[in-house]
Amino acid sequence: MFRPVATTAARRLATASAAPTVATAAARRNVSFALTDEQREFQDLARKFTAEEIIPKAAHHDKTGEYPKEIIKKAWELGLVNTHVPQAYGGLGLGVLDGAIITEELAFGCTGIQTAIEANGLAEAPVILAGNDFQKKKYLGRMTEEPLMAAYGVTEPGAGSDVAGIKTKAEKQGDKWVINGQKMWITNAGHANWFFVLARTNPDPKAPAGKAFTGFIVEADTPGITVGRKEINMGQRASDTRGITFEDVVVPEENVLGEVGAGFKIAMGAFDITRPLVAAAAVGLANRCLHEAATYAAQRKTMGKPILAHQAVSFMLADMAMGIEASRLLVWRSAADRDQGLRNTYYASAAKCMAADVANKCAADAVQIFGGNGFNTEYPVEKLMRDAKIFQIYEGTSQIQRVILSKFIADKYM
Amino acid sequence: MSLRVLVGVKRVIDYNVKIAVRGDKSWVETANVKHSVNPFDEIAIEAAVQAKEAKLVGEVIAVSCGPPKAQESLRTALAMGADRAIHVEIPDGSEKTLEPLAVAKLFKKIAQDEKMLAGLLNWPQGTFASKIDLNAGDKSLVVTREIDGGLETIKTALPAVVTADLRLNTPRFATLPNIMKAKKEAHQEVHARRPSASTCRRASRFSRSRSRPSARVVAVSPTSTS
Repeated sequence: MFRPVATTAARRLATASAAPTVATAAARRNVSFALTDEQREFQDLARKFTAEEIIPKAAHHDKTGEYPKEIIKKAWELGLVNTHVPQAYGGLGLGVLDGAIITEELAFGCTGIQTAIEANGLAEAPVILAGNDFQKKKYLGRMTEEPLMAAYGVTEPGAGSDVAGIKTKAEKQGDKWVINGQKMWITNAGHANWFFVLARTNPDPKAPAGKAFTGFIVEADTPGITVGRKEINMGQRASDTRGITFEDVVVPEENVLGEVGAGFKIAMGAFDITRPLVAAAAVGLANRCLHEAATYAAQRKTMGKPILAHQAVSFMLADMAMGIEASRLLVWRSAADRDQGLRNTYYASAAKCMAADVANKCAADAVQIFGGNGFNTEYPVEKLMRDAKIFQIYEGTSQIQRVILSKFIADKYM
Repeated sequence: MSLRVLVGVKRVIDYNVKIAVRGDKSWVETANVKHSVNPFDEIAIEAAVQAKEAKLVGEVIAVSCGPPKAQESLRTALAMGADRAIHVEIPDGSEKTLEPLAVAKLFKKIAQDEKMLAGLLNWPQGTFASKIDLNAGDKSLVVTREIDGGLETIKTALPAVVTADLRLNTPRFATLPNIMKAKKEAHQEVHARRPSASTCRRASRFSRSRSRPSARVVAVSPTSTS
């Protein structure tokens, strides 16, 4: 009885990680944690922009909920928006890692403003992945010619994590498609020029998810679209999230993204690009928490010394630092893998889950370090705590990320 | 022939960084410390690029004397709108002993090589400029300078040397597309030649000749260090 057990155990030890193994020699690389000169310049630009344009105005946009139109326009002028649009359509064609570096810097300033900018990338991802040349020229091209916004419409009032449960339907009528349904929590809904919409095109409830849905590009001024009021959320209040109702919204055949029935895969495929970026934003927020808390702790004195000199406080900062470094590396790994054409779902989920949880812990600890001041709106950390929560929810809840990781582990070990 | 502007650019420790002295007191800590373009140099680049955009100036050339890493500053200058960049490369570490006069003479040589009119030492200058009005037509410059007592306005002929003060302008951000373009633009590399090596010791030679006691009157030559 020993041998089978021994070999199984040995096999498990040898391949202890559940990560998908790197398939080809071509995909292997020398590990480097250094950024290229160009990436460092992008980082510097984003950092400077954040310090001069975002940080001074973030509190205002948080208090009033006013959409940061001017800031987004300036970011767009500098090329910080729509970074993934391929060069053929007027974009910079930057990779996910480049995007992650820029995103982390912007998020350090304000994740609400950064989310508004990021939502463009989320809407564009399905088009970049599955659009034909005509669609890319028309819908990506316009994003680089004018500072327009776009939105990704998948979530509904009754279906968030359960994407396969969405009820918005699209029916073919003649040579057009007619969409009916409701979407909810759509970022940039109030300012979008066009939407990516996922709708059910196969009415058979037994049809597998991978064949039942289709992605559409829908112009925002199409008759039948009613955009709801701007929702008042706990945090990231500069970002604009709303419900949208579709009543007999007519969409031309040319706006079908990819194949009819392939929508689910396209929508999920977009996440491999966008999850690392959302995770990068969470890292940026966590870093801001560390920065604010450490700066405060170096000046605030209790019992005769700066509170940074008390281990209870400095240990919290040390934990923040560890979390930030680790989640940043997961972000970089998931982003770099994607840039190399590898399947990065495993690392993207890990990065998103960890960065979100780290961001929330850092924010709560930052408020703690500020003490009574931390609870007050005159100090920057209560906003960070309110902003951090959504990272555990959108772009795939922390629970869903764990479901994804569990599946990888199960596939490997069962 | 259109006017051209030569802008000096230096890679320095970022102004936000808390400067620390090295343990052996030999220099300040520079390893792993954030460096950027001297903010005043950025203002100077901005002034030059604005003049180019106003069609008063035909070409903006950025120059930096420094170790290999100085290229980062030159790329920033290109990304902001400079047309060309010249890197006078000196060995890593020797930037600590690079004297201002040596840099000035390098500039003079570059100005002469670039066939910019006249020698550096004979040019008028407007320093601490907070406002510059360039008249390309009659080749003159009106410079408002910030001095201790307030503002002073002077008029000079061209060519001239101008140094930038904080209130001259607000430098633009280098845009992402320009950063990517600057990486591809070739820039000239000029290696430091012997004359600069000998001029590195200017300060000591000057003071030594001044303080050296002498029994008879010596004809004082201002060019004793060249």
